[in-house]
Amino acid sequence: MNFYGLVDGSEASLKTYLSKLSGVDQVGANARAAMLATRSIKTTSKRWAIDTAISMVDLTTLEGADTVGKVQALCTKAVRPDPTDSSVPSVGAICVYNDMVGVARKHLDLIGGKHVPVAAVSTAFPSGRASIEVKVLDTQDAINAGASEIDMVIDRGAFLEGRLIDVFNEIVTIRQVCGDKAHLKVIFETGELVTYDNVRKASFLAMAAGADFIKTSTGKVAPAATAPVVLVMLEAVRDFYEMTQKRIGVKPAGGIRNTKDAIKQLVLVKETAGEEWLNSKLFRIGASALLNDLLMQRMKMDNGYYASPTYVSVD
Amino acid sequence: MSERIDVKKTYKLFINGAFPRSESGRTYEVKTSKGAFLANACQSSRKDLREAVVAARAAHNGWSKATAYNRGQILYRIAEMLQARTGEFVQEIMITTGVTKVKAEKEVLQAIDTLVWYAGWSDKISSLTGANNPVAGPFYNFTIPESMGVVAAVAPENPSLLGLIESIAPVITSGNTVIVLASTKAPLSAMSFAEVLATSDLPAGVINVLTGKKDEIAPWMASHMDIDAMDISGLSSKLTSEIKVAGAENLKRIYSFKGATAARITAFAESKTIWHTIGV
Repeated sequence: MNFYGLVDGSEASLKTYLSKLSGVDQVGANARAAMLATRSIKTTSKRWAIDTAISMVDLTTLEGADTVGKVQALCTKAVRPDPTDSSVPSVGAICVYNDMVGVARKHLDLIGGKHVPVAAVSTAFPSGRASIEVKVLDTQDAINAGASEIDMVIDRGAFLEGRLIDVFNEIVTIRQVCGDKAHLKVIFETGELVTYDNVRKASFLAMAAGADFIKTSTGKVAPAATAPVVLVMLEAVRDFYEMTQKRIGVKPAGGIRNTKDAIKQLVLVKETAGEEWLNSKLFRIGASALLNDLLMQRMKMDNGYYASPTYVSVD
Repeated sequence: MSERIDVKKTYKLFINGAFPRSESGRTYEVKTSKGAFLANACQSSRKDLREAVVAARAAHNGWSKATAYNRGQILYRIAEMLQARTGEFVQEIMITTGVTKVKAEKEVLQAIDTLVWYAGWSDKISSLTGANNPVAGPFYNFTIPESMGVVAAVAPENPSLLGLIESIAPVITSGNTVIVLASTKAPLSAMSFAEVLATSDLPAGVINVLTGKKDEIAPWMASHMDIDAMDISGLSSKLTSEIKVAGAENLKRIYSFKGATAARITAFAESKTIWHTIGV
Protein backbone atom coordinates (compact mmCIF):
# COMPACT_ATOMS: atom_id res chain seq x y z
CA MET A 1 0.00 0.00 0.00
CA ASN A 2 1.26 3.45 -0.77
CA PHE A 3 -1.10 5.58 1.39
CA TYR A 4 -1.36 8.22 -1.40
CA GLY A 5 2.41 8.73 -0.96
CA LEU A 6 1.71 10.64 2.25
CA VAL A 7 3.23 8.13 4.65
CA ASP A 8 5.32 4.98 4.22
CA GLY A 9 3.71 3.04 7.05
CA SER A 10 6.37 3.85 9.62
CA GLU A 11 5.61 5.66 12.85
CA ALA A 12 8.10 8.41 12.01
CA SER A 13 6.47 9.17 8.65
CA LEU A 14 3.00 9.23 10.22
CA LYS A 15 4.19 11.68 12.85
CA THR A 16 5.77 13.93 10.24
CA TYR A 17 2.59 13.81 8.11
CA LEU A 18 0.28 14.68 11.01
CA SER A 19 2.59 17.33 12.45
CA LYS A 20 2.18 19.36 9.26
CA LEU A 21 -1.54 19.82 9.91
CA SER A 22 -2.73 23.28 10.78
CA GLY A 23 -4.61 23.69 14.04
CA VAL A 24 -8.36 24.28 14.18
CA ASP A 25 -9.62 27.67 15.31
CA GLN A 26 -12.22 26.46 17.80
CA VAL A 27 -14.05 29.74 18.24
CA GLY A 28 -14.01 30.32 14.48
CA ALA A 29 -15.38 26.83 13.74
CA ASN A 30 -18.20 27.28 16.26
CA ALA A 31 -19.06 30.69 14.86
CA ARG A 32 -19.02 29.55 11.23
CA ALA A 33 -21.18 26.51 11.97
CA ALA A 34 -23.64 28.70 13.91
CA MET A 35 -23.74 31.24 11.08
CA LEU A 36 -24.42 28.60 8.43
CA ALA A 37 -27.17 27.14 10.64
CA THR A 38 -29.18 30.34 10.33
CA ARG A 39 -29.66 29.96 6.60
CA SER A 40 -33.27 29.47 5.60
CA ILE A 41 -34.09 26.99 2.83
CA LYS A 42 -37.53 27.30 1.25
CA THR A 43 -39.93 25.90 -1.36
CA THR A 44 -38.27 24.10 -4.31
CA SER A 45 -34.84 24.10 -2.66
CA LYS A 46 -36.35 22.65 0.50
CA ARG A 47 -38.15 19.99 -1.50
CA TRP A 48 -34.86 19.05 -3.20
CA ALA A 49 -33.07 19.05 0.15
CA ILE A 50 -35.66 16.72 1.72
CA ASP A 51 -35.40 14.17 -1.10
CA THR A 52 -31.61 14.42 -1.14
CA ALA A 53 -31.49 13.94 2.63
CA ILE A 54 -33.75 10.87 2.38
CA SER A 55 -31.39 9.34 -0.18
CA MET A 56 -28.48 10.01 2.21
CA VAL A 57 -29.98 8.42 5.31
CA ASP A 58 -28.22 5.35 6.65
CA LEU A 59 -31.33 3.93 8.26
CA THR A 60 -30.01 2.52 11.49
CA THR A 61 -31.05 0.16 14.24
CA LEU A 62 -28.34 -0.67 16.75
CA GLU A 63 -30.13 -1.96 19.80
CA GLY A 64 -29.58 -4.94 21.99
CA ALA A 65 -33.29 -5.60 21.51
CA ASP A 66 -33.15 -5.78 17.69
CA THR A 67 -35.17 -8.65 16.29
CA VAL A 68 -35.36 -10.24 12.85
CA GLY A 69 -38.84 -8.76 12.45
CA LYS A 70 -37.68 -5.28 13.27
CA VAL A 71 -34.77 -5.45 10.83
CA GLN A 72 -37.05 -6.75 8.08
CA ALA A 73 -39.55 -3.96 8.72
CA LEU A 74 -36.74 -1.43 8.55
CA CYS A 75 -35.55 -2.90 5.23
CA THR A 76 -39.04 -2.52 3.79
CA LYS A 77 -39.05 1.09 4.89
CA ALA A 78 -35.57 1.65 3.45
CA VAL A 79 -36.59 0.57 -0.04
CA ARG A 80 -39.82 2.56 -0.11
CA PRO A 81 -39.92 5.00 2.80
CA ASP A 82 -43.47 6.18 2.07
CA PRO A 83 -45.65 3.28 0.91
CA THR A 84 -48.24 5.72 -0.41
CA ASP A 85 -45.81 7.68 -2.57
CA SER A 86 -43.46 5.95 -4.99
CA SER A 87 -41.65 9.20 -5.82
CA VAL A 88 -39.84 9.08 -2.47
CA PRO A 89 -36.30 7.77 -3.07
CA SER A 90 -34.83 4.76 -1.25
CA VAL A 91 -32.46 5.53 1.60
CA GLY A 92 -28.67 5.38 1.33
CA ALA A 93 -28.18 2.14 3.26
CA ILE A 94 -29.39 -0.03 6.12
CA CYS A 95 -27.05 -0.01 9.12
CA VAL A 96 -27.24 -2.95 11.54
CA TYR A 97 -25.18 -5.06 13.88
CA ASN A 98 -23.15 -7.90 12.34
CA ASP A 99 -25.52 -10.75 13.15
CA MET A 100 -28.37 -8.96 11.39
CA VAL A 101 -26.48 -8.35 8.14
CA GLY A 102 -27.59 -11.64 6.59
CA VAL A 103 -31.20 -11.04 7.58
CA ALA A 104 -31.16 -7.54 6.10
CA ARG A 105 -29.43 -8.51 2.85
CA LYS A 106 -31.76 -11.45 2.25
CA HIS A 107 -34.89 -9.41 2.95
CA LEU A 108 -33.75 -6.48 0.80
CA ASP A 109 -33.07 -8.79 -2.14
CA LEU A 110 -36.44 -10.44 -1.64
CA ILE A 111 -38.45 -7.20 -1.77
CA GLY A 112 -36.68 -5.59 -4.71
CA GLY A 113 -34.13 -3.64 -2.72
CA LYS A 114 -30.96 -4.94 -4.37
CA HIS A 115 -29.84 -1.33 -4.82
CA VAL A 116 -29.86 -0.67 -1.07
CA PRO A 117 -26.51 -1.61 0.52
CA VAL A 118 -26.18 -3.08 3.99
CA ALA A 119 -23.69 -1.46 6.35
CA ALA A 120 -22.39 -3.38 9.34
CA VAL A 121 -20.88 -1.90 12.47
CA SER A 122 -17.78 -3.98 13.08
CA THR A 123 -14.58 -4.07 15.13
CA ALA A 124 -16.22 -4.47 18.54
CA PHE A 125 -18.65 -1.62 18.04
CA PRO A 126 -19.28 0.70 19.89
CA SER A 127 -16.30 0.66 22.29
CA GLY A 128 -13.68 -0.90 20.02
CA ARG A 129 -12.22 -2.70 23.00
CA ALA A 130 -11.10 -6.03 21.52
CA SER A 131 -7.96 -7.54 20.08
CA ILE A 132 -7.16 -6.97 16.41
CA GLU A 133 -7.71 -10.67 15.69
CA VAL A 134 -11.28 -10.40 16.96
CA LYS A 135 -11.84 -7.21 14.97
CA VAL A 136 -10.59 -8.84 11.76
CA LEU A 137 -12.87 -11.82 12.26
CA ASP A 138 -15.77 -9.52 13.11
CA THR A 139 -15.26 -7.62 9.85
CA GLN A 140 -14.75 -10.77 7.79
CA ASP A 141 -17.95 -12.20 9.24
CA ALA A 142 -19.97 -9.14 8.22
CA ILE A 143 -18.59 -9.16 4.67
CA ASN A 144 -19.30 -12.88 4.30
CA ALA A 145 -22.90 -12.22 5.38
CA GLY A 146 -23.33 -9.67 2.62
CA ALA A 147 -22.27 -6.32 4.06
CA SER A 148 -20.97 -3.96 1.39
CA GLU A 149 -20.14 -1.18 3.84
CA ILE A 150 -18.17 -1.59 7.06
CA ASP A 151 -18.49 1.02 9.81
CA MET A 152 -15.44 0.46 12.04
CA VAL A 153 -14.61 2.26 15.27
CA ILE A 154 -11.11 3.48 16.07
CA ASP A 155 -9.39 2.67 19.34
CA ARG A 156 -9.98 6.00 21.11
CA GLY A 157 -7.86 4.93 24.07
CA ALA A 158 -4.84 4.42 21.82
CA PHE A 159 -5.51 7.69 20.01
CA LEU A 160 -5.68 9.69 23.23
CA GLU A 161 -2.55 7.98 24.57
CA GLY A 162 -0.71 9.09 21.46
CA ARG A 163 -0.27 5.60 19.99
CA LEU A 164 -1.32 6.93 16.60
CA ILE A 165 0.54 4.26 14.66
CA ASP A 166 -1.56 1.57 16.37
CA VAL A 167 -4.76 3.34 15.32
CA PHE A 168 -3.33 3.72 11.80
CA ASN A 169 -2.30 0.09 11.51
CA GLU A 170 -5.68 -1.08 12.71
CA ILE A 171 -7.46 0.90 10.01
CA VAL A 172 -5.00 -0.41 7.40
CA THR A 173 -5.63 -3.98 8.52
CA ILE A 174 -9.42 -3.61 8.35
CA ARG A 175 -9.06 -1.86 4.97
CA GLN A 176 -7.24 -4.96 3.70
CA VAL A 177 -10.00 -7.22 5.02
CA CYS A 178 -12.58 -5.11 3.20
CA GLY A 179 -10.58 -5.29 -0.05
CA ASP A 180 -12.81 -4.37 -2.96
CA LYS A 181 -15.86 -6.05 -1.41
CA ALA A 182 -16.80 -3.34 1.04
CA HIS A 183 -16.58 0.40 1.57
CA LEU A 184 -14.84 1.37 4.81
CA LYS A 185 -16.25 4.03 7.09
CA VAL A 186 -14.12 4.98 10.05
CA ILE A 187 -15.92 6.15 13.20
CA PHE A 188 -14.01 8.52 15.49
CA GLU A 189 -16.52 8.99 18.31
CA THR A 190 -15.77 12.71 18.30
CA GLY A 191 -17.49 13.13 21.66
CA GLU A 192 -14.55 11.23 23.17
CA LEU A 193 -11.79 12.97 21.21
CA VAL A 194 -12.19 16.15 23.29
CA THR A 195 -10.78 18.77 20.87
CA TYR A 196 -11.35 19.82 17.25
CA ASP A 197 -7.59 19.49 16.69
CA ASN A 198 -7.93 15.81 17.56
CA VAL A 199 -10.88 15.47 15.16
CA ARG A 200 -8.82 16.97 12.34
CA LYS A 201 -5.85 14.78 13.20
CA ALA A 202 -8.00 11.63 13.32
CA SER A 203 -9.56 12.59 9.98
CA PHE A 204 -6.21 12.86 8.18
CA LEU A 205 -4.94 9.72 9.86
CA ALA A 206 -7.98 7.70 8.76
CA MET A 207 -8.00 9.11 5.23
CA ALA A 208 -4.33 8.27 4.67
CA ALA A 209 -4.94 4.78 6.06
CA GLY A 210 -7.53 4.12 3.37
CA ALA A 211 -10.93 5.13 4.74
CA ASP A 212 -13.64 5.72 2.13
CA PHE A 213 -15.73 7.63 4.62
CA ILE A 214 -15.06 9.32 7.93
CA LYS A 215 -17.90 9.16 10.44
CA THR A 216 -18.44 11.24 13.54
CA SER A 217 -19.91 8.92 16.12
CA THR A 218 -21.44 5.65 17.13
CA GLY A 219 -24.65 7.26 18.31
CA LYS A 220 -24.00 5.80 21.76
CA VAL A 221 -22.11 8.80 23.14
CA ALA A 222 -23.25 12.42 23.48
CA PRO A 223 -22.35 14.92 22.12
CA ALA A 224 -22.38 13.25 18.71
CA ALA A 225 -22.60 14.95 15.30
CA THR A 226 -22.52 18.59 16.34
CA ALA A 227 -22.36 21.11 13.50
CA PRO A 228 -18.81 22.37 14.27
CA VAL A 229 -17.44 18.81 14.35
CA VAL A 230 -19.00 18.05 10.98
CA LEU A 231 -17.58 21.34 9.70
CA VAL A 232 -14.07 20.37 10.83
CA MET A 233 -14.39 16.98 9.13
CA LEU A 234 -15.71 18.52 5.91
CA GLU A 235 -12.77 20.91 5.87
CA ALA A 236 -10.51 17.89 6.33
CA VAL A 237 -11.94 16.04 3.31
CA ARG A 238 -11.75 19.23 1.25
CA ASP A 239 -8.08 19.75 2.16
CA PHE A 240 -7.35 16.08 1.60
CA TYR A 241 -8.87 16.33 -1.88
CA GLU A 242 -6.54 19.24 -2.67
CA MET A 243 -3.56 17.13 -1.57
CA THR A 244 -4.47 13.85 -3.27
CA GLN A 245 -7.32 14.46 -5.77
CA LYS A 246 -9.25 11.77 -3.88
CA ARG A 247 -12.71 12.52 -2.49
CA ILE A 248 -13.46 10.98 0.90
CA GLY A 249 -17.06 10.84 2.19
CA VAL A 250 -18.38 12.17 5.48
CA LYS A 251 -21.06 10.63 7.67
CA PRO A 252 -22.44 12.50 10.66
CA ALA A 253 -24.39 10.18 12.97
CA GLY A 254 -26.23 10.68 16.21
CA GLY A 255 -28.43 13.57 17.27
CA ILE A 256 -29.78 14.48 13.81
CA ARG A 257 -33.47 13.96 14.46
CA ASN A 258 -35.42 16.40 12.34
CA THR A 259 -35.56 17.93 8.90
CA LYS A 260 -34.18 21.24 10.05
CA ASP A 261 -31.04 19.55 11.44
CA ALA A 262 -30.61 17.53 8.24
CA ILE A 263 -30.91 20.60 6.02
CA LYS A 264 -28.35 22.40 8.20
CA GLN A 265 -25.98 19.52 7.47
CA LEU A 266 -26.54 19.90 3.73
CA VAL A 267 -25.78 23.62 3.95
CA LEU A 268 -22.53 22.78 5.76
CA VAL A 269 -21.60 20.34 2.99
CA LYS A 270 -22.35 22.76 0.18
CA GLU A 271 -20.46 25.63 1.79
CA THR A 272 -17.48 23.66 3.06
CA ALA A 273 -16.64 20.67 0.86
CA GLY A 274 -18.65 21.76 -2.16
CA GLU A 275 -21.47 20.49 -4.34
CA GLU A 276 -19.53 17.38 -5.42
CA TRP A 277 -20.20 16.04 -1.93
CA LEU A 278 -23.97 16.58 -2.10
CA ASN A 279 -24.90 12.99 -2.93
CA SER A 280 -25.17 9.68 -1.11
CA LYS A 281 -21.81 8.49 -2.47
CA LEU A 282 -19.96 11.13 -0.47
CA PHE A 283 -22.35 12.18 2.28
CA ARG A 284 -24.52 10.03 4.51
CA ILE A 285 -26.50 10.77 7.64
CA GLY A 286 -26.70 8.03 10.26
CA ALA A 287 -30.16 8.22 11.79
CA SER A 288 -33.35 6.42 12.69
CA ALA A 289 -35.99 8.96 13.81
CA LEU A 290 -34.93 11.47 11.14
CA LEU A 291 -36.54 9.60 8.25
CA ASN A 292 -40.06 9.93 9.69
CA ASP A 293 -39.63 13.66 10.16
CA LEU A 294 -38.37 14.04 6.58
CA LEU A 295 -41.41 12.14 5.33
CA MET A 296 -43.76 14.30 7.41
CA GLN A 297 -42.19 17.48 6.08
CA ARG A 298 -42.54 16.11 2.57
CA MET A 299 -46.25 15.43 3.18
CA LYS A 300 -46.63 18.97 4.51
CA MET A 301 -45.12 20.36 1.30
CA ASP A 302 -47.41 18.19 -0.86
CA ASN A 303 -50.68 18.61 1.05
CA GLY A 304 -50.31 22.04 2.59
CA TYR A 305 -51.19 20.92 6.09
CA TYR A 306 -49.10 19.61 8.96
CA ALA A 307 -48.70 15.84 9.08
CA SER A 308 -49.07 13.54 12.05
CA PRO A 309 -46.66 10.81 13.21
CA THR A 310 -49.71 8.53 13.13
CA TYR A 311 -49.41 8.44 9.34
CA VAL A 312 -45.79 7.22 9.17
CA SER A 313 -44.53 3.87 10.36
CA VAL A 314 -43.32 3.32 13.89
CA ASP A 315 -39.63 2.37 14.04
CA MET B 1 -34.20 62.62 42.56
CA SER B 2 -35.27 61.31 39.21
CA GLU B 3 -38.66 59.68 38.81
CA ARG B 4 -38.68 55.91 39.02
CA ILE B 5 -39.20 54.16 35.68
CA ASP B 6 -41.96 51.59 35.68
CA VAL B 7 -40.91 47.97 34.96
CA LYS B 8 -43.17 46.77 32.17
CA LYS B 9 -44.05 43.10 31.90
CA THR B 10 -43.23 41.28 28.66
CA TYR B 11 -46.09 39.04 27.59
CA LYS B 12 -44.85 35.96 25.75
CA LEU B 13 -46.24 32.57 24.73
CA PHE B 14 -46.36 29.40 26.82
CA ILE B 15 -45.11 26.37 24.92
CA ASN B 16 -43.73 23.15 26.43
CA GLY B 17 -43.42 24.69 29.88
CA ALA B 18 -41.31 27.60 28.64
CA PHE B 19 -42.10 31.20 27.71
CA PRO B 20 -40.77 31.82 24.18
CA ARG B 21 -41.56 34.81 21.96
CA SER B 22 -43.32 34.11 18.69
CA GLU B 23 -41.00 32.48 16.16
CA SER B 24 -42.24 35.09 13.67
CA GLY B 25 -41.09 37.97 15.87
CA ARG B 26 -44.50 39.60 15.45
CA THR B 27 -46.38 41.42 18.18
CA TYR B 28 -49.63 43.35 18.32
CA GLU B 29 -50.84 46.09 20.60
CA VAL B 30 -53.17 45.33 23.46
CA LYS B 31 -55.29 48.30 24.44
CA THR B 32 -57.39 49.26 27.41
CA SER B 33 -61.16 49.40 27.01
CA LYS B 34 -60.74 53.13 26.37
CA GLY B 35 -58.23 52.57 23.56
CA ALA B 36 -54.99 53.52 25.33
CA PHE B 37 -51.86 51.46 24.76
CA LEU B 38 -51.40 48.78 27.41
CA ALA B 39 -48.85 46.20 26.30
CA ASN B 40 -47.45 44.28 23.36
CA ALA B 41 -48.58 40.67 23.02
CA CYS B 42 -47.07 38.01 20.77
CA GLN B 43 -48.85 37.38 17.49
CA SER B 44 -48.38 33.63 17.07
CA SER B 45 -47.64 32.11 13.70
CA ARG B 46 -48.50 28.67 12.34
CA LYS B 47 -44.98 27.57 13.28
CA ASP B 48 -45.61 28.44 16.93
CA LEU B 49 -48.71 26.26 16.68
CA ARG B 50 -46.62 23.48 15.13
CA GLU B 51 -44.13 23.64 18.02
CA ALA B 52 -47.00 23.59 20.52
CA VAL B 53 -48.49 20.50 18.88
CA VAL B 54 -45.16 18.68 19.07
CA ALA B 55 -44.97 19.57 22.78
CA ALA B 56 -48.57 18.57 23.44
CA ARG B 57 -48.14 15.26 21.63
CA ALA B 58 -44.99 14.47 23.59
CA ALA B 59 -46.73 15.30 26.86
CA HIS B 60 -49.82 13.21 26.10
CA ASN B 61 -48.35 9.82 26.92
CA GLY B 62 -47.35 10.79 30.45
CA TRP B 63 -50.41 12.92 31.22
CA SER B 64 -52.96 10.39 29.98
CA LYS B 65 -51.26 7.61 31.94
CA ALA B 66 -51.11 9.61 35.17
CA THR B 67 -53.79 8.46 37.58
CA ALA B 68 -57.06 10.37 37.50
CA TYR B 69 -56.47 11.16 41.16
CA ASN B 70 -53.12 12.77 40.31
CA ARG B 71 -54.64 14.83 37.48
CA GLY B 72 -57.31 16.04 39.89
CA GLN B 73 -54.66 17.04 42.40
CA ILE B 74 -52.81 19.08 39.81
CA LEU B 75 -56.01 20.85 38.67
CA TYR B 76 -56.67 21.68 42.30
CA ARG B 77 -53.12 22.94 42.65
CA ILE B 78 -53.68 25.29 39.70
CA ALA B 79 -56.71 26.67 41.54
CA GLU B 80 -54.59 27.22 44.67
CA MET B 81 -51.95 29.10 42.71
CA LEU B 82 -54.56 31.19 40.91
CA GLN B 83 -56.23 32.13 44.18
CA ALA B 84 -52.95 33.41 45.59
CA ARG B 85 -52.73 35.89 42.70
CA THR B 86 -56.35 37.00 42.64
CA GLY B 87 -55.51 40.71 42.96
CA GLU B 88 -53.26 40.72 39.89
CA PHE B 89 -55.92 39.05 37.74
CA VAL B 90 -58.64 41.40 38.94
CA GLN B 91 -56.47 44.35 37.87
CA GLU B 92 -55.74 42.86 34.45
CA ILE B 93 -59.38 42.09 33.76
CA MET B 94 -60.51 45.54 34.86
CA ILE B 95 -57.98 47.38 32.75
CA THR B 96 -58.52 45.37 29.54
CA THR B 97 -62.29 45.05 29.63
CA GLY B 98 -63.32 48.11 31.66
CA VAL B 99 -65.59 46.16 34.00
CA THR B 100 -66.05 47.15 37.63
CA LYS B 101 -63.91 45.68 40.38
CA VAL B 102 -66.87 43.69 41.69
CA LYS B 103 -67.45 42.08 38.29
CA ALA B 104 -63.76 41.35 37.77
CA GLU B 105 -63.50 39.74 41.21
CA LYS B 106 -66.52 37.64 40.46
CA GLU B 107 -64.93 36.37 37.25
CA VAL B 108 -61.67 35.39 38.97
CA LEU B 109 -63.44 33.62 41.84
CA GLN B 110 -65.65 31.79 39.36
CA ALA B 111 -62.52 30.76 37.43
CA ILE B 112 -61.00 29.32 40.62
CA ASP B 113 -64.22 27.47 41.43
CA THR B 114 -64.39 26.09 37.89
CA LEU B 115 -60.91 24.60 38.27
CA VAL B 116 -61.86 23.00 41.58
CA TRP B 117 -65.09 21.70 40.08
CA TYR B 118 -63.27 19.99 37.18
CA ALA B 119 -60.59 18.73 39.59
CA GLY B 120 -63.36 16.87 41.37
CA TRP B 121 -64.63 15.36 38.11
CA SER B 122 -61.27 13.84 37.25
CA ASP B 123 -61.59 10.60 39.21
CA LYS B 124 -65.36 10.32 38.88
CA ILE B 125 -65.89 10.60 35.15
CA SER B 126 -64.99 6.98 34.34
CA SER B 127 -67.35 5.62 37.01
CA LEU B 128 -70.20 7.77 35.76
CA THR B 129 -69.78 7.41 32.01
CA GLY B 130 -68.21 3.95 31.95
CA ALA B 131 -70.33 0.82 31.86
CA ASN B 132 -70.24 -2.86 32.60
CA ASN B 133 -71.96 -4.39 29.58
CA PRO B 134 -73.87 -7.68 29.65
CA VAL B 135 -72.71 -9.94 26.80
CA ALA B 136 -73.71 -13.41 25.64
CA GLY B 137 -70.53 -15.26 26.50
CA PRO B 138 -68.01 -15.92 29.25
CA PHE B 139 -66.59 -12.40 29.21
CA TYR B 140 -66.43 -9.37 31.37
CA ASN B 141 -67.18 -6.55 29.00
CA PHE B 142 -66.74 -3.00 30.08
CA THR B 143 -66.51 0.41 28.50
CA ILE B 144 -64.34 3.21 29.87
CA PRO B 145 -63.68 6.73 28.67
CA GLU B 146 -60.13 7.52 27.56
CA SER B 147 -58.47 10.70 26.38
CA MET B 148 -58.48 11.46 22.64
CA GLY B 149 -55.01 12.97 22.38
CA VAL B 150 -54.13 16.52 21.44
CA VAL B 151 -56.97 19.05 21.51
CA ALA B 152 -56.86 22.60 20.16
CA ALA B 153 -59.12 25.17 21.79
CA VAL B 154 -60.10 28.68 20.74
CA ALA B 155 -61.03 30.55 23.91
CA PRO B 156 -63.85 33.11 23.89
CA GLU B 157 -63.03 36.82 23.68
CA ASN B 158 -65.01 37.51 26.80
CA PRO B 159 -64.81 36.66 29.69
CA SER B 160 -61.12 36.31 28.91
CA LEU B 161 -59.92 34.42 31.99
CA LEU B 162 -63.01 32.39 32.84
CA GLY B 163 -63.55 31.51 29.17
CA LEU B 164 -59.96 30.33 28.87
CA ILE B 165 -60.23 28.11 31.92
CA GLU B 166 -63.56 26.67 30.77
CA SER B 167 -61.86 25.78 27.49
CA ILE B 168 -58.88 23.97 28.98
CA ALA B 169 -59.84 22.48 32.36
CA PRO B 170 -62.38 19.92 31.07
CA VAL B 171 -60.09 18.96 28.19
CA ILE B 172 -57.14 18.02 30.40
CA THR B 173 -59.33 16.42 33.07
CA SER B 174 -59.65 13.20 31.08
CA GLY B 175 -55.97 13.12 30.07
CA ASN B 176 -55.88 15.12 26.84
CA THR B 177 -53.24 17.74 26.26
CA VAL B 178 -54.25 21.10 24.87
CA ILE B 179 -53.16 24.08 22.81
CA VAL B 180 -55.33 27.09 23.56
CA LEU B 181 -55.56 30.31 21.59
CA ALA B 182 -56.41 33.03 24.10
CA SER B 183 -58.71 36.02 23.71
CA THR B 184 -57.22 38.33 21.06
CA LYS B 185 -58.37 41.58 22.62
CA ALA B 186 -57.67 40.65 26.23
CA PRO B 187 -54.74 38.21 26.25
CA LEU B 188 -52.99 39.53 29.36
CA SER B 189 -54.79 37.43 31.93
CA ALA B 190 -54.22 34.34 29.76
CA MET B 191 -50.47 34.89 29.79
CA SER B 192 -50.46 35.60 33.51
CA PHE B 193 -52.44 32.39 33.93
CA ALA B 194 -49.62 30.60 32.08
CA GLU B 195 -47.33 31.76 34.90
CA VAL B 196 -49.74 30.12 37.32
CA LEU B 197 -49.56 26.91 35.27
CA ALA B 198 -45.77 27.01 35.30
CA THR B 199 -45.79 26.83 39.10
CA SER B 200 -48.52 24.21 39.52
CA ASP B 201 -46.71 20.85 39.08
CA LEU B 202 -48.29 20.62 35.63
CA PRO B 203 -45.98 18.64 33.32
CA ALA B 204 -44.52 20.69 30.44
CA GLY B 205 -46.58 20.60 27.26
CA VAL B 206 -49.92 19.56 28.82
CA ILE B 207 -51.26 23.08 28.41
CA ASN B 208 -49.80 25.41 25.78
CA VAL B 209 -51.08 28.97 25.47
CA LEU B 210 -50.85 31.04 22.28
CA THR B 211 -51.97 34.60 21.63
CA GLY B 212 -52.71 36.16 18.27
CA LYS B 213 -55.32 36.38 15.52
CA LYS B 214 -58.01 33.73 15.57
CA ASP B 215 -58.77 33.79 11.85
CA GLU B 216 -55.07 33.21 11.16
CA ILE B 217 -54.37 30.35 13.59
CA ALA B 218 -57.68 28.46 13.80
CA PRO B 219 -57.57 27.18 10.17
CA TRP B 220 -54.07 25.79 10.79
CA MET B 221 -55.40 24.07 13.90
CA ALA B 222 -58.23 22.57 11.88
CA SER B 223 -55.99 21.18 9.13
CA HIS B 224 -53.22 19.90 11.41
CA MET B 225 -53.25 16.11 11.18
CA ASP B 226 -51.82 15.65 14.67
CA ILE B 227 -54.65 17.51 16.43
CA ASP B 228 -57.46 15.12 17.30
CA ALA B 229 -60.23 17.48 18.32
CA MET B 230 -61.14 21.15 18.58
CA ASP B 231 -63.14 23.32 20.93
CA ILE B 232 -64.20 26.33 18.87
CA SER B 233 -66.33 28.01 21.52
CA GLY B 234 -64.46 31.26 21.01
CA LEU B 235 -64.64 31.36 17.23
CA SER B 236 -67.01 33.58 15.28
CA SER B 237 -69.73 31.63 13.50
CA LYS B 238 -68.50 32.97 10.14
CA LEU B 239 -65.45 30.69 10.37
CA THR B 240 -67.25 27.58 11.64
CA SER B 241 -67.94 25.90 8.32
CA GLU B 242 -64.42 26.54 6.99
CA ILE B 243 -63.00 25.00 10.18
CA LYS B 244 -65.25 21.95 9.94
CA VAL B 245 -64.33 21.31 6.31
CA ALA B 246 -60.60 21.54 7.06
CA GLY B 247 -60.99 19.35 10.14
CA ALA B 248 -62.73 16.59 8.18
CA GLU B 249 -59.39 15.47 6.68
CA ASN B 250 -58.50 13.54 9.84
CA LEU B 251 -62.05 13.30 11.22
CA LYS B 252 -61.53 15.83 14.00
CA ARG B 253 -64.23 16.17 16.60
CA ILE B 254 -65.18 19.83 16.56
CA TYR B 255 -67.46 21.23 19.26
CA SER B 256 -68.66 24.51 20.65
CA PHE B 257 -69.91 25.08 24.21
CA LYS B 258 -71.30 27.66 26.59
CA GLY B 259 -70.28 27.64 30.25
CA ALA B 260 -68.72 24.95 32.41
CA THR B 261 -70.48 21.63 31.94
CA ALA B 262 -69.57 17.99 32.40
CA ALA B 263 -70.41 17.50 28.73
CA ARG B 264 -67.18 19.33 27.94
CA ILE B 265 -65.27 16.43 29.51
CA THR B 266 -67.11 13.62 27.75
CA ALA B 267 -66.95 15.40 24.38
CA PHE B 268 -63.18 15.00 24.37
CA ALA B 269 -63.11 11.41 25.55
CA GLU B 270 -63.15 8.20 23.52
CA SER B 271 -65.03 5.16 24.75
CA LYS B 272 -62.89 2.07 24.91
CA THR B 273 -64.57 -1.31 25.25
CA ILE B 274 -62.61 -4.20 26.70
CA TRP B 275 -63.47 -7.89 26.47
CA HIS B 276 -61.94 -9.89 29.26
CA THR B 277 -62.31 -13.64 29.61
CA ILE B 278 -63.84 -14.85 32.85
CA GLY B 279 -61.40 -17.18 34.58
CA VAL B 280 -62.28 -20.43 36.29
